[in-house]
Amino acid sequence: MIPAQELLAPGHRACPGCGEVMALRLILKALGKEVIVVEATGCMEVVTTPYPQTAWRVPWIHGAFENAAAVASGVEAALKRLGRKGVKVVAIGGDGGTADIGLQALSGMMERGHSVMYVCTDNEAYMNTGIQRSGTTPFGAWTTTTPAGKVWRGEDRPKKDVPSIALAHRIPYVATASVGYPRDLLWKVRKAAAVEGPSYLHVHCPCPTGWRYDSALSVRLARLAVETGCWILWEAEGGSIRLTFRPERRKPVVEYLRLQGRFSHLTEEEVRRIQQEVDERCRELGLGWYG
Amino acid sequence: MRRLLNGNEAAALAAKLARVQVVSAYPITPQTVVVETLAKYVADGELEAEFVKVESEHSALSVCLGASATGARAFTATSSQGLMLMSEILYVVSGMRLPVVMANANRSLSAPLSIWNDQQDSLAVRDSGWIQLYCESNQEILDLLLQAFLLAERVSLPAMVCYDGYILSHTAEAVEVPEQAEVDAFLPPYSPSLKLDPDRPLTMGPVGVPEVYMEARYMQHRDTRRAREEFLRVAEEFGRRFGRRYGILEEYRTEGAELLLLTMGSLASTAKEAVDRCRERGEKVGLVKLTLYRPFPDGEVVEALKRAKVVGVLEKDISTGWMGALYTDTVAAFANESRRPLFQNFILGLGSRDVRLEDLEGIIGALRKAAEEGKVGENPRWVGLKGEMVE
Repeated sequence: MIPAQELLAPGHRACPGCGEVMALRLILKALGKEVIVVEATGCMEVVTTPYPQTAWRVPWIHGAFENAAAVASGVEAALKRLGRKGVKVVAIGGDGGTADIGLQALSGMMERGHSVMYVCTDNEAYMNTGIQRSGTTPFGAWTTTTPAGKVWRGEDRPKKDVPSIALAHRIPYVATASVGYPRDLLWKVRKAAAVEGPSYLHVHCPCPTGWRYDSALSVRLARLAVETGCWILWEAEGGSIRLTFRPERRKPVVEYLRLQGRFSHLTEEEVRRIQQEVDERCRELGLGWYG
Repeated sequence: MRRLLNGNEAAALAAKLARVQVVSAYPITPQTVVVETLAKYVADGELEAEFVKVESEHSALSVCLGASATGARAFTATSSQGLMLMSEILYVVSGMRLPVVMANANRSLSAPLSIWNDQQDSLAVRDSGWIQLYCESNQEILDLLLQAFLLAERVSLPAMVCYDGYILSHTAEAVEVPEQAEVDAFLPPYSPSLKLDPDRPLTMGPVGVPEVYMEARYMQHRDTRRAREEFLRVAEEFGRRFGRRYGILEEYRTEGAELLLLTMGSLASTAKEAVDRCRERGEKVGLVKLTLYRPFPDGEVVEALKRAKVVGVLEKDISTGWMGALYTDTVAAFANESRRPLFQNFILGLGSRDVRLEDLEGIIGALRKAAEEGKVGENPRWVGLKGEMVE
């Protein structure tokens, strides 16, 4: 069941159709009130806390861009020393704050074994500064720093696989999720919050502003990403990966790509390459051929 | 009890006596012994603290930020490049008004790489909103750190206690160590009125929109200025309890002095020796040692220096392309004084270039000449440069 309680208040300044804010709202519903949230600089920090307003009905702190995992480590250490039990520490960062500038702090937090749940809300570019590519921008995507021109064809590197990096730290729980699958997401949040030690949750969050699509389509795109195998839902307890959603018939990636302006420059050849890479990844994880 | 301690051990012992609850630091020369000593205290059960073994100084200070905001007394220690890596978070901690305390064993900055001593590191972050205190001896390290905790928590601002790498950090001196019970009576447990707590949710570190940002900065500045008076109160309480008196600055044989030296840190000891020699010869020379550098105590500095004919500002840093930081601050404090001494800036000791008594006598000679001629010579003057560098 999805609790009715709203711990992220309405009235924040997120764009209509924002996938990230959907993720936050759902995650807080699953977590409840006994939490302390540590957030990295980014869209979510900016849209929820323009002083003197705040959308947070739980204790929340922001320090800087790259240090959410380290600040959360400090919060957790203090709670431990002060003997405060039953409070879950949750760190939240976007893809830039997690995969790029915050990766070192995240690695340190996981390696040290802090009881912190880290959530990456991944919208696949630096949206807060105006759509610049990040380590998780997928191959072929237009951004303002990977423009499609005569020489460049959008992002030239595949998406960085941060959940696998988390997995390599041998932490108790790692999962991927999507705002298009709220029940799967909430299930994973509850599991991630319940473990002793670090857990990592990577949530795929469509961004109408950065991906260039009609804001009414956010959930549909989130689902299409999963249905095409561009984003795969799994969880890993004790290191072994288990798929949590298996599309009956995987759809061709073009169904996901063609709704987004960021891929509109792609040729059939480039779409074929994306399809091949997605097929390869799906084979690795045991997700079947499409069609 | 008197114990033989090097500066790093004195710093670690002060943190232990302050009953720090979260320690987070990263090894860097010459501070490393502070982290090692604290780790051993925790390992041996002598200090009940969370010791967070971070992967960088950036994270060390970030951990302290989170811990302090949650209501724990947090401590870190660093030097040089480590302080530079922290510099982003220094501003965040002070802007969020968190009373984190840090020991900084002063070391030069790269490049060229130097693990040796000067004060370029902490002076480079003088605008970061941290209270800065400078130590002349290992006793001062222990005493000023204890006072720093109380001061920081009273004014809700972070404080940095700086001491010269190697000269103090690695040199053993006899240090009077107070009893734990005495320290407990001086420094009560940290219990902030605002902290991260699910029972009373609040938002910390929000966006400062243009309508509020400047006011936030102003309040931080205003309260930092007021920390001067609070430091005096804390020092008074410390003096009454422990018998060792501290002030914003120390005036050493300044009575009737025509020539005054102004400096910070361990160099004051050498300078005192030089002053003694001058006084033996009947020369009117004195020393002003600055303990509290930020907030800058302009009134006290003016009062201490204004009767001199010439003031030599001796410092182990350079605002590259201009003068030393202490010199520019001191001269600024005199900007609207109708009567003021001549000022000459001496840059010395960079990267552990030895500062000898003869160097001090040369400096005093230059000040004497300036007093006679009514104008200072080369300014700033670099002391101890190899001959071929002198133009």
